[in-house]
Order: sequence, then structure tokens, then C-alpha cells
Amino acid sequence: MSAALEFQAVSYQYPAEAFNLIDRLSFSIAPGSFHCIIGASGCGKSTIFRLINGLLVPNAGEIQVGGTPIGGLRQYCGYMPQQDLLFPWRTVGQNVALPLEVRGGLSRKERLYQAEAALDSVGLAGYQDKRPDELSGGMRQRAAFARTMQTGADLLLLDEPFSALDFLTRLSMQEWLLDQWQRLGKTILFITHDVEEALFLSQSVLVAAEVPIRRLEEFPVPAPMPRSRSCLVQPGMTALRETLIGLLRKQAAS
Amino acid sequence: MKRTANLPALLLLAGLLVLWQAGAMGMNAAYLLPSPVQILQRLWDLRVPLFTVHLPATLSVTGIGLVLSVGLGLLLAVSMDASGLVRRAVYPLVVASQTIPTTAIAPLFVLWFGYGIWSKVLVTVLITFFPITITVYDGLQAARVEMGELLRTFGAGRWTLFCKLKVPCALPYFFSAVKMAIPMSIIGAAIGEWLGAQCGLGYFSRRMMTQLDGAGVFAPIVLLAATAMIAVALLSALERRVVKWRGER
Repeated sequence: MSAALEFQAVSYQYPAEAFNLIDRLSFSIAPGSFHCIIGASGCGKSTIFRLINGLLVPNAGEIQVGGTPIGGLRQYCGYMPQQDLLFPWRTVGQNVALPLEVRGGLSRKERLYQAEAALDSVGLAGYQDKRPDELSGGMRQRAAFARTMQTGADLLLLDEPFSALDFLTRLSMQEWLLDQWQRLGKTILFITHDVEEALFLSQSVLVAAEVPIRRLEEFPVPAPMPRSRSCLVQPGMTALRETLIGLLRKQAAS
Repeated sequence: MKRTANLPALLLLAGLLVLWQAGAMGMNAAYLLPSPVQILQRLWDLRVPLFTVHLPATLSVTGIGLVLSVGLGLLLAVSMDASGLVRRAVYPLVVASQTIPTTAIAPLFVLWFGYGIWSKVLVTVLITFFPITITVYDGLQAARVEMGELLRTFGAGRWTLFCKLKVPCALPYFFSAVKMAIPMSIIGAAIGEWLGAQCGLGYFSRRMMTQLDGAGVFAPIVLLAATAMIAVALLSALERRVVKWRGER
């Protein structure tokens, strides 16, 4: 079975910069896994996502999703940015249906029907005719997640989706996301700068420890799924947390 | 609630009208300063020529001018938004066109295009296409980059981006632009008619001037102002139905 995502010696340089921010980076992600990427801010984590979703094109190397180079693919990944970016002029249902609308091929009725089902699955049944500003922060993120799911992609890229939420909402959204992941069997890559969040959510943590990014150092999380928050205080977890914080500190200092 | 919100403005207006009425009665020189009551009286006396000849003439100039302005403004705004080259070429010229003192060159238009409708339409277009162009262009540019990127990750091309992101973003701006343009187009039409015409409210006002009929000068002006207010109010009502998300980003 081919990897859900594979980087083969990928390099990328922003036109305004003199060096490769991503330099011959190779890694692969197994289907159905949940990985978090952590690294100091500005180290290029989000650039990795922008390369995967096609907003940026590598200067060298190749990115494959499900064994196929991404150049020949459409809607192969669902990208969810930090802000929910729900369009204020659309109802929640119309927002969720947006990927289907862009892809085409379905009638308006079918699209809205699917959007309703998606909203139902994220606990927002009956909200399809509301405007986004009638929803709370957590509800907006869940609607945005439902919209991401409508791409139909097996690979989900979540870029700090909960960082703008208040503490308690963030905790419940993390638990909710793990639940969704186990139910849907998607491959999830999740960017965060919060080590606890990374430990709680992922099977292994990928650390972008250096600039330019030449490799992602992988740290398997020693806790089985499904998880509860109490696993965070187990000795293996606290030790890993200290290791990761140490790595980030070292990076921030250099 | 809306009624109470408008109350201070209405009270002030009533107060000003009373002052005006008192001042005009004290001065007792209607050819210089007619009183509001005299103006309304004149409006009633002259209702047949005003409403059957001159108002329709001005409205057709305003209407044609606005349609042309909106068309030209949208065309320019969309092309400037789509192409950096077009923007660099057109934008400075559009701004420069506004430094032309329109009232000063309007007599030339009358020379070129005659006393008919087109010289006035030209004045109207020249005055109103600018706010429409610039405001709609700003609206198209106001679309958030992140929203565009999100659409692109869904596989959207330029046309989809335009329809699903740029147009909705620009819509509130478009309404603002047309609301600004309506009174300006009426002013433009009146200026054009004042300078040379055979009919229209501006022309009528000027004719009354030559007859030292102060109330007759004001009557068509009141009509012009009322027309502008009604048109803006109608458009605002339409806007409230179409744009429900104004203010949210």
C-alpha cells in the first residue's frame, strides 16, 4: 500500500529569500495515521502545507499523495487554516457545500443535502440556514471542518485550527477531533505550536528542528488510542514533553 | 425604533424651515429669498410642466447617464482588478479625469453634441463613473487573500474565484458607489441642462431665474432633491434585501 503522503527530496525557496527554506526534505506518512508537526514559529511548517495543497510549487523534488504526483490530482487534500474563513455572505450550509460547488457535477439540492449530512456529523444539525456570525468560535471551526471534509480527500491538513479558540473550547475540540479521526479513518497532518496539543492528538510528533528544514524528526507518542487527557501525566509522556520543549527552546535560541 | 432614531433630524429640519419661513417673510422679497410655503405653492402651480415635461427629461438623462456610468465603471474596475498592466495604465488617468472642472468644460459638450440629451448624459457620466470605478475596484481588492487560497485548494480557477469571492465582496461597495452616484448624476444632469437645453429641471430653474421668479427657481430644485432622496431610499431598501453581511469580514 502506498503512503498517504510522500515528500521526495523536496526543496522550496521563497523568491525574496536567498536560501532554501525547505531543503531536500523527504518523509512519508502512512494512511490513516495522525501526525502533528511542531516547530518554532516562522520555521516553515506552514510552507510544508502550502506545498502539499498546491498553493506553492516546489523548486525541486516531488510530492506524492496516495502514490500519485500531486500535479495530476484535484481535491486530493482537505486544507483547514487557522481562521475558519467561512464566507459571511453564505449560510453555514452553503459554506460547507463550497468544495462540492467548486468541483461541480452535483445539483444544488444534492450539494445542500450532503452539506446538511456533514453538519449533522459534526454536531451542527439544523444549522445549515444560519449565518456564520450566528455561530460560536467552536461551532465555526466545526463547520469549517465539515467543509474540509466535503473535499472528499483522505488527507487532511489542519494548520493550527484551534489556536484562536479559548482554552476550554480548545480542549473539547481536541477530544472531538480525535473522535472524528477514529470514526472517519482519514490521514491527518496537524500543525501546532502547542506541545501538549501535539502529544494528546497524535500517534507521532514530527519536529521541524532546524532552518532550513532538511528533515522532520519523528517521536512516537507512547500512549494507545483512544486516549483520555489523563495519559498526559504518565511518565513516558512527561519525559517526551520535556524532550520536545527542549528541542523547541534550542531552536528558538539559535 | 427607527422613527425615534430619525426624530432629531426631523426636528432640526422643521426648525430650520420655520427659521427660513420667518426670515423670508421678514425680508419680503420673494425674487431673492422665497419662503418654503411660496416654493411649495409654486411647485403646485407649475405641476403640469414640471411633472410631465421637465422631470421626465431630467430623469432620462440621469437614468441613461447612470446606466452608462455603472457599465463603464464596472468594466474599468473589473479589468483593473484582473490585470496589473491595465491598472497601472488606467488608474492614474481615471484619477486625473476628476481634476477636470466639469462645469467649466460642459459648455464645450453642448457645442459638440448640441442641445439634445447626449451633452447632458456626457456631463453625468463624467461626474459619476469615477466613484463607481474606484469604489468597485476597492471592493474587488477587499477580498481576503486567505479566502482565495482556500478556494484554490478546492481546485477553483480565476473565474470561480471571481464569481464566488470577488463579486460577493464587491457587492456592498457597489451599492455604496451607486448610492453616491445617484445624487451626483442628478447634479450632473442639472448642470448640463442649466448650461444649455430645451427642457429639464435644470433648464426650467434657469428660465425662472431670468424671470426673477425666486420660488420658480427653487421649485424644480426641491423636485431634484426629492428625486435623489427617493432613488437612494429605494436602492437602500434593495441593498438591505441583498446584502445582509455588511460589516463582517
